[in-house]
Amino acid sequence: MDFYFGLIQLIGVHTLLGLSAYVVLLTNQVTMAQAGFFGIGAYVAAMLTVLADFSIVPAILIAGFAGALIACLVGFPALRVKGLMLVVATLAFGEFVRLFFFNFDYQIAKGEIQVGPLGGEGFRQIRYFPENGWTTGDVALFVWVFVILIMAGLWWMDRSRIGAVLRAVGEDELAAQSVGLNLTAVKVSAMTIGGFIAGIGGGIYAHYTTHIEQSNFNVLLATFAIAYPILGGLSNVFGTLLAVVFIQGILVEGLRFMGDWRNLLFGALIVLAMNVRPRGLLDERAMMTLKRLFSRG
Amino acid sequence: MAENGAILQLKGLSKNFGGVQAVDMLDLDVPQGRIFGLIGPNGSGKSTTVNLICGVFPVSAGNVVFGGRDITGLAPHSRLTIGVARTFQNIRLFNHLTVWQNLWVAQNGEDDKAGQNFIRRWVSGPGSARQQVEEMLDFSGLAHRRDDLAGNLAFGEQRRLELARALAARPQMLLLDEPAAGMNMEEVGQLRDRLMKLRETGMTILLVEHVMELVMGVTDHIAVLNFGKKIAEGTPTEIQNDPLVREAYLGTA
Repeated sequence: MDFYFGLIQLIGVHTLLGLSAYVVLLTNQVTMAQAGFFGIGAYVAAMLTVLADFSIVPAILIAGFAGALIACLVGFPALRVKGLMLVVATLAFGEFVRLFFFNFDYQIAKGEIQVGPLGGEGFRQIRYFPENGWTTGDVALFVWVFVILIMAGLWWMDRSRIGAVLRAVGEDELAAQSVGLNLTAVKVSAMTIGGFIAGIGGGIYAHYTTHIEQSNFNVLLATFAIAYPILGGLSNVFGTLLAVVFIQGILVEGLRFMGDWRNLLFGALIVLAMNVRPRGLLDERAMMTLKRLFSRG
Repeated sequence: MAENGAILQLKGLSKNFGGVQAVDMLDLDVPQGRIFGLIGPNGSGKSTTVNLICGVFPVSAGNVVFGGRDITGLAPHSRLTIGVARTFQNIRLFNHLTVWQNLWVAQNGEDDKAGQNFIRRWVSGPGSARQQVEEMLDFSGLAHRRDDLAGNLAFGEQRRLELARALAARPQMLLLDEPAAGMNMEEVGQLRDRLMKLRETGMTILLVEHVMELVMGVTDHIAVLNFGKKIAEGTPTEIQNDPLVREAYLGTA
């Protein structure tokens, strides 16, 4: 049972990571910085609970705000460039964050042992959940409360004018400007919301793994972050969730029995999915069909 | 407002693209409440002029003055808030948004009280937004297609939607870049009626156009560009009889 709870936690956290990139991708900006914000959230939340004895919820919220703040600061210079240059700039930021934590020591004595981040060794003993007697099931539930709240928030945002504004900028910047939209403000806002969600996701991740290190937040994670919403489709938040379940649940876990062949098939299936559904698994047409089915039934 | 009643003034406006002089020392006074035609052969700098007025790219020299205020260095999105709206030569709608959403994002009215409006303008647009969208749907005759994606509209409908989108923010002045391109004669006639209706409401319009039936039919005043320079200015009748204009369009005999 614990295996499944673990998988459910993982899917939840990766959904948050994917949703953080979803918001930015709506404005048609490809960001490789999400793993960086995720890492910042992880370290901030873990340091708050372990070193400063914070309770879990405030620690995670502060991690979210830390992610948002950094994303806002990074957004201003980074979003002046477009396309491939933005990919390179955000990639550089992600590596900067990773290397920062590679060299970051801040340990204090707690009873017999030293706790806190220790450079390349990482940050061990993030034991908030076990210390407070949470079971794996409790943690899974906790993760999904956040996932559901954030998905609901983004679902509402998509239906408000903000969603239309983000998509308008993503579709045609020149036209968006001509209807009075401030491109910088819109893009930086999207980046900030994305940073907040990534920070929350990171904060939760640090606590259920109990051990984080810089290599967790590498380019591969940044690639996953944008792969989820792109594969799932940008028509609504459920596409991202579907893609995370597809990749983490079916491809990574479900194909484990295939041994080394798994990685080969993994890549092939993603290529196949993108060919069959170029606008994502849940594209506009799929949503129309679903809507019709539900309104009839 | 300038003394001569011009709402838009271009003073020595110039733009060169790497040695090509697209617009060359252009002076233009567009009077308020009139339809002002800007014509000229292909490549004469008409679209560039529109783009300079909208701030799509910076000017090389000269000034753009709107309502007595120098807006030469103003950010493009701010020009809409002070009252300059435009359409594009190649229709640029938000194709994956619905007709309704296209009009909704274009709501930038400043009619809410300061302070309370920041969040609300983001979330739902200004207080009058929904009503304004409805008015625009009626004006453009697209009420029945409100929930369709803009990209799925027919060509003529897309042109109408783009015009409605420009009007949605209640501008004082409209810049129309070849609004009749690709239209049949019936559609051109409808467009003419729409422009006349707008003129009655006091809207100032700068009309860049190749379709002479439209230009000669609706404009009060016309300026002719050739190689970025103004070669003639006057009423439609004066322009039609101007030898320089004939030469620019037809070449020397």
